[in-house]
Amino acid sequence: MTMKLDRRSFIKSAAATSAIATAASLFPGISFAGWEKLEDAAGMITWHKAPCRFCGTGCGVLVGVSGERAVAVKGDPNCSVNKGLCCVKGYHSVQALYGKDRITRAKVRKNGEMVEVPITEALDLIAAKMKETISSHGKDSVAVYGSGQWTIPDGYVASKLFKGCIGTNNVEANARLCMASAVTGFMTSFGIDEPMGCYEDIEHANVFVTWGNNMAEMHPVLFSRMLAARKRNGDVEIIDFATRTTRTSQAADKSILFKPQTDLAVANAICHEIIRNNWVNRDFVNKHVSFRKGLTNIGYGVEDHFQFQDKPEGINFAEFETFLKDYTPERVEKISGVSARDIRYLASLYGDPKKKVTSFWCMGMNQHTRGTWINNLVYNIHLLVGKISTPGNSPFSLTGQPSACGTVREVGTLTHKLPHGVVMNEHDRQMAAEIWNVPVENIDPKPTYHTVEMFRALDRGDIRFIWIQVTNPMVTMPKLKRYRDGALKEDRFIVVSDVYPTPTTDVADVILPAAMWIEQEGMFGNSERRTQHFDEIVPPPGEAMSDTWQLIEVARRLGYEKQFPWSRDEYIGKIWEEYRRFHDSPKHNMAPYEVLRARPGVQWPFVNGRETRWRFNPKYDPACTSGEDFHFYGHKDNRAWIWARPYEPAAESPDQEYNFWLNTGRVVEHWHTGSMTRRVPVLHNAMPSSYVEINPDDAAELGVVNGDMVKIISRRGEVAMPASINGRGVPPRGMVFVPFFDESYLINEVTLDAFCPISKQPDYKKCAVRLEKA
Amino acid sequence: MPILGYIASPRSGAKKELLQELNALQYCEAFPADNVDILILVTDTPDKETEAMLQQQLKDINALESLSMTFGYNNELHEGERNDNEA
Ligand code: SF4
Repeated sequence: MTMKLDRRSFIKSAAATSAIATAASLFPGISFAGWEKLEDAAGMITWHKAPCRFCGTGCGVLVGVSGERAVAVKGDPNCSVNKGLCCVKGYHSVQALYGKDRITRAKVRKNGEMVEVPITEALDLIAAKMKETISSHGKDSVAVYGSGQWTIPDGYVASKLFKGCIGTNNVEANARLCMASAVTGFMTSFGIDEPMGCYEDIEHANVFVTWGNNMAEMHPVLFSRMLAARKRNGDVEIIDFATRTTRTSQAADKSILFKPQTDLAVANAICHEIIRNNWVNRDFVNKHVSFRKGLTNIGYGVEDHFQFQDKPEGINFAEFETFLKDYTPERVEKISGVSARDIRYLASLYGDPKKKVTSFWCMGMNQHTRGTWINNLVYNIHLLVGKISTPGNSPFSLTGQPSACGTVREVGTLTHKLPHGVVMNEHDRQMAAEIWNVPVENIDPKPTYHTVEMFRALDRGDIRFIWIQVTNPMVTMPKLKRYRDGALKEDRFIVVSDVYPTPTTDVADVILPAAMWIEQEGMFGNSERRTQHFDEIVPPPGEAMSDTWQLIEVARRLGYEKQFPWSRDEYIGKIWEEYRRFHDSPKHNMAPYEVLRARPGVQWPFVNGRETRWRFNPKYDPACTSGEDFHFYGHKDNRAWIWARPYEPAAESPDQEYNFWLNTGRVVEHWHTGSMTRRVPVLHNAMPSSYVEINPDDAAELGVVNGDMVKIISRRGEVAMPASINGRGVPPRGMVFVPFFDESYLINEVTLDAFCPISKQPDYKKCAVRLEKA
Repeated sequence: MPILGYIASPRSGAKKELLQELNALQYCEAFPADNVDILILVTDTPDKETEAMLQQQLKDINALESLSMTFGYNNELHEGERNDNEA
């Protein structure tokens, strides 16, 4: 068989893949068994398993390789996440490896110009700069900022180097911007992080409520599973509860719109109705729930050095009921715009003992100045009716990135975290020091900066050196101008490891070429506690190397050979086995390296060779020891906590001068800032540039038609972009929506850096703007 | 030497017939969706003339309601390894 003939087969395979991807986006849930026949015809492709890297769903894919090149992708039928299905990004994902401007050599700024240098020279310079900065400005003047796209070993070695060896807690990751409120929601409600349920809930539930979550575009494969379940089971209802009309609304059985921020009030009103109608599962609540209240009027964090510490106080059921008196459906209708009838309808779905209910959410609830609270409030609903930790009954926080859970939450790459526990806890520091082979005094008991404050510190000069890996903050930071100006200041030193040029590499003093996805061995952890291993399937281009190995090279140059002793052909396995020691308990045990290698993903806790699908339920979870029907073992009182949390307004709301809400988000074709997916022709052509969605009546008032340029102006800045009217999404009057994937329209020049005082996660969904025809 | 990928929609009730007719044509490979009334068609013709002829044959298929192209490759236009992967 000649190579030419094989190549034609590959192209035919790509043609079929592309048609399947398009069909899948048109008909969610579609499947093709006949695909196998064509695949056999493809001849010389070898197939290798990997998790997709383009969202937090964690679909298993099979990557087809010819020679040293990845040429095709298909869904892995053995992976329970997607059962052979992919979305349009997944099917085209390998093409993101081969953009023509891929960074393959290191660059260093010399006399203002970026100059190519051997990677060893760049690594020497980074180590020298770190030493110099630490000796002049102290250990807390150097920082690392990573990502939910870091592999688990990437995040682990970053934490070990910075927290364990250098002794600074200046470790953060962009997952702070996408799921920190989910973490603090779990920690405050359950005392332990990560969802109790799993994707299998989709096949069991009768009702799905998507809370501010456009799953049709953001989690398309899970959405397809939901639609397929509705078709198959018949008695399934999907309720879209959102602030704008989207593809999810169109496919839902009912779409309910609420005014921004008022989800807090509606969630409380649902609880009010559940209690008033006597739908409370008294037995469950008496045995498994306790009640708390915290501080109120907690601020928005818009000022530097903002501090907040909540003060939880125990209350009883009667006090919780009294707290809810303010949230009658009629009163909440006035605040939220949701009719009292719809509020009662939502309550009746949760309250009906015959219905199994799964609530899904993602950025809408997490990017929220009361993100922790709204997470608590949705748990409250599920806990009041006891619909939790059983198949189909699941409050389910989805993540956006492939390893936001695996790397950021589980490894703990946030300023206050360690791989097990927190820096503030002496026992946790001792455990880390022992496993990391460093003196315990090295680990600082005080957290330093969360992400927004870290970039403020860079602007102020408290941080002088920052190493940014696998993320693009010069597009994604809210109130962007301040943080870009800060990064560009004279005596700041910025290292960026990435695969393509971005606005962040534009501010770099050193650029390191990074291996991307399947060009390195690694692991991701998805939204349902599933760890997924992948091999180095194709070699990285030029001098590109994994982020893990870059960090190891610098660590050794800083004198930490003892802590980073591994050889390049076995380091991932060794790192995994070291990391696993942190989670050696039935609550969090991780699968051994060899098990991970063999399977398309393994859910933790992995105990005695078995995965755990539903936590806190002794039928499934070996960590339950109370002998009861449920065991919420995260909090010391062995109960889940219902929180009295009020409605409080957004940090900035429309007024006479700035009279529109600005909401920002994503589209199905592009991954985050588009630095990879915009280099995939099919995806780029399908969605070539960003736009501002305007309600048709507002557009008519402004005298704007589709495609006209519109200026979006806030107190921070302005951006002009084309209008989209009655396009894919339609905001209500008084709101505009802008996707952030397009670096030619930096919408974060306009957004506000207000955050949830508990999670420190910024709110990208709400600030005030005005519009002008450009 | 074009290679094209399509979604093919059959006329009502004619999915099986369309599958047979497409697979009976030279240069065509088709397979059906399991749970939706559409087919995937991949065509691979040696030159422009054959491609034009095939297009005519496709037009003449009664069971075919519509064809929408989702992928196009022509090695006269796309010499070299990186054709489909560059921005
Ligand atoms: S749904 Fe997410 S993980 Fe699955 S194929 Fe699409 S981008 Fe990849």
